[in-house]
Amino acid sequence: MLDFSSHDVLLVGGGGAGLRAAIAIAETDPKLRVAVVSKVYPMRSHTVSAEGGAAGVIRRDDSLDEHAYDTISGGDWLCDQDDVEAFVKEAPEELLRLEHWGCPWSREADGHIAVRPFGGMKKMRTWFAADKTGFHMLHTLFQTSLKYNAITRYDEFFVTKLLVDDDRVQGVVALELMSGKIQAISAKAVILCTGGCGRVFRFTTNASIKSGDGMALAYRAGAPLKDMEFVQYHPTGLPFTGILITEAARSEGGYLVNKDGYRYLQDYNLGTAQPKPVLRSMELGPRDRLSQAFVKEYERGRTIDGPYGPVVHLDLRHLGEKVICTKLPFVRELCLKYENIDPVNEMVPVRPVVHYMMGGVHTDINGATPLKGLYAAGEVACVSINGANRLGSNSLPELLVFGARAGRAAAMFAAEQILPGRQVRAQALDEEARLEEHFLQEEGGRERVSTIREEMQKTMEESAGIYRSGESLRRGADKLHELQERFRCISLDDRSRTCNTELLSALEVSYMLDVAESMIQCALQRTESRGAHQRTDYPARNDENFLVHSLVSRTQDGAPRVKYLPVSITRWPPGERIYGT
Amino acid sequence: MAEAITLEVTRYHPERDEEPSLQSDEVPLRKEWVVLDALNYVKDKVDGTLSFRWSCRMGICGSCGMMVNGAPKLTCATFLSDYAPGPVRIAPLDNFPVIRDLVVDISDFLIKLSRAKPWLIRKREKPLSEGEYLQTADELDTYKQFSMCINCMLCYAACPVYGLDPLFSGPAAIALAQRYNLDSRDEGSNQRLDILSHSDGIWGCTFVGECTEVCPKNVDPAGAIQQYKLTATKEWMKSFLMPWGGGE
Repeated sequence: MLDFSSHDVLLVGGGGAGLRAAIAIAETDPKLRVAVVSKVYPMRSHTVSAEGGAAGVIRRDDSLDEHAYDTISGGDWLCDQDDVEAFVKEAPEELLRLEHWGCPWSREADGHIAVRPFGGMKKMRTWFAADKTGFHMLHTLFQTSLKYNAITRYDEFFVTKLLVDDDRVQGVVALELMSGKIQAISAKAVILCTGGCGRVFRFTTNASIKSGDGMALAYRAGAPLKDMEFVQYHPTGLPFTGILITEAARSEGGYLVNKDGYRYLQDYNLGTAQPKPVLRSMELGPRDRLSQAFVKEYERGRTIDGPYGPVVHLDLRHLGEKVICTKLPFVRELCLKYENIDPVNEMVPVRPVVHYMMGGVHTDINGATPLKGLYAAGEVACVSINGANRLGSNSLPELLVFGARAGRAAAMFAAEQILPGRQVRAQALDEEARLEEHFLQEEGGRERVSTIREEMQKTMEESAGIYRSGESLRRGADKLHELQERFRCISLDDRSRTCNTELLSALEVSYMLDVAESMIQCALQRTESRGAHQRTDYPARNDENFLVHSLVSRTQDGAPRVKYLPVSITRWPPGERIYGT
Repeated sequence: MAEAITLEVTRYHPERDEEPSLQSDEVPLRKEWVVLDALNYVKDKVDGTLSFRWSCRMGICGSCGMMVNGAPKLTCATFLSDYAPGPVRIAPLDNFPVIRDLVVDISDFLIKLSRAKPWLIRKREKPLSEGEYLQTADELDTYKQFSMCINCMLCYAACPVYGLDPLFSGPAAIALAQRYNLDSRDEGSNQRLDILSHSDGIWGCTFVGECTEVCPKNVDPAGAIQQYKLTATKEWMKSFLMPWGGGE
């Protein structure tokens, strides 16, 4: 039986962006009733895994313009520059606000906030809480959110559909995972804060929950996705597990070396090897360039063969135990626990790993999508401040800045709307029937959820990795089409209601297939190389034709269709990306 | 298949079972596999009905706590080979109601966490324009270890007092209250005495410190509880000796 409830603003997702938005709404208008609908308890959200830090200009020798320039050049000029300017301006105040809420930022000796260098950043501006920055930010936000009575949580509810009526999003249908009950939750505005979709790939730093839920929800409801071809590979993941070894390991002075112990990045136009870290140089270059250098180094036969494919070594030994224990304690813990390696006296094997989606739901500077009543913020969204390659430590301030902006904008929108009509009730009943028929009653299918997921992940890795080509992408598109067909014949072992995690997996896989198709299609049609999107058949950047965002929409028959939108250029005309000088 | 190991997993489905039962499955014994990998192997390849929670697989989200051979563990940080030749017994966390299989109901903790008022309380909020609250490394160290709690619930599963007295706020909630009490920026410790008033549990807590022993993040909730006992005694003395509300 269907349960109903109603709120003014509804957040899908309770990670950093969702909680920041929830608090922003509660502070904008305490009368608004806010709902946070999350498939996990909010403190389990993937923000928790972010390690290195959050960028925000605070030092006298730094400036907002420099942060903007680093971000724009790092993004290979695909960032919208007006959005970047707003972002760099608001980032420090958002980080400071978190300090006022209790975030245990690491400090200088005099008690002021400390900052560290980070990849692609010309100045030191990355705030950090040792190397558990995301963990501390998320718990600070979650614990702070507990003091607002206006916020109602729907913990462990999975959203299966956006309710759209009268060309306006008016709520969601959600599956209460523990009971298996379907609930319609109406709202005057909905903000998607569900994070990324790293799990469309097999080898990823992303948690199991990162299945692109919000991207698929928006896409199915008719809101376009933007720049989905830009997938960030982080250069330093642990083999097998894909566990992230933070960029902070390099900003504290770690070296990347090949099988000969040689700092190979100097061969890839990233500067010369100096003993101490140099900003915007070598190991502190941007992630796209470092991951690409790894592939080239492999092709030259200079990587090390490991049981899970080629690796290079991250060498932290010269930093000494004291620095490692105070600045990188989590790195040491992860290496010891998962690789049985102590970075104090051993080198750490690493390889590039899928980490972050530059693309996402197309929004404006206030998180608004083209679909009325629908907003998005955080990794699920694409404003775009990240362009073709995000700089490390820009995503944490992004979820604060745009979480708050989306929250305020949605609150103002909601204040002018009337409560959703009865139409949405009928849609919710239809959705309940669909889930029942498709997943819980139907007999005779023979496809396993895990098989389709594994084949999708393999397909994405082979066709849309660090380097792609028209041929690999077309193969990927065909395979995904086949998997979409086969998904119709899915058969679950579990047809019960209570805590049916197999049903959850099936719904996630169906979201990921849609998102994967949108990524392949954008990648196929962008016949140039820019940032993280490297086409072996079109190796050069082409500003004449492709200084534009890809906007991908779902057509009637389910196939993705790509259009283009100009990039907003204000003060930084497209130029060459120069690192190492 | 090379080497294998037997998992003995506690199964319980409320729509069908009156009592939990044990299910045995043979899984590959790979040296890099953690217990969670073995559970995912069963779920993906053998029996899709097996239910458990997991997410980050790097010991920071706190989702995958279970009893492994009788001890509360994060299954993503517990190697399968440590239990060779097996069998490995996997059961839901002790001291919580079981929803299904390895999934327990932790909603009680969320209520207790809220009651601990785990947020910064100030008499006067400083405007952002005045910058940060200064905090030295020593001041940060005073509360830092308590801020490392990932809410994984292993300490509740290990806590003999919580097992007997579900009204007891429990190790993690008390540690998090103390995390804010000890923060140099906070002025709200007198508003966090409430967490002690719902049960006499705190007085039943001994120095044994099972909670501290099982914590995967080296938090010392037992230490926080002892500190709280001291505070509570002082408050009690104060209310007894100075009923008009002394100090402050």
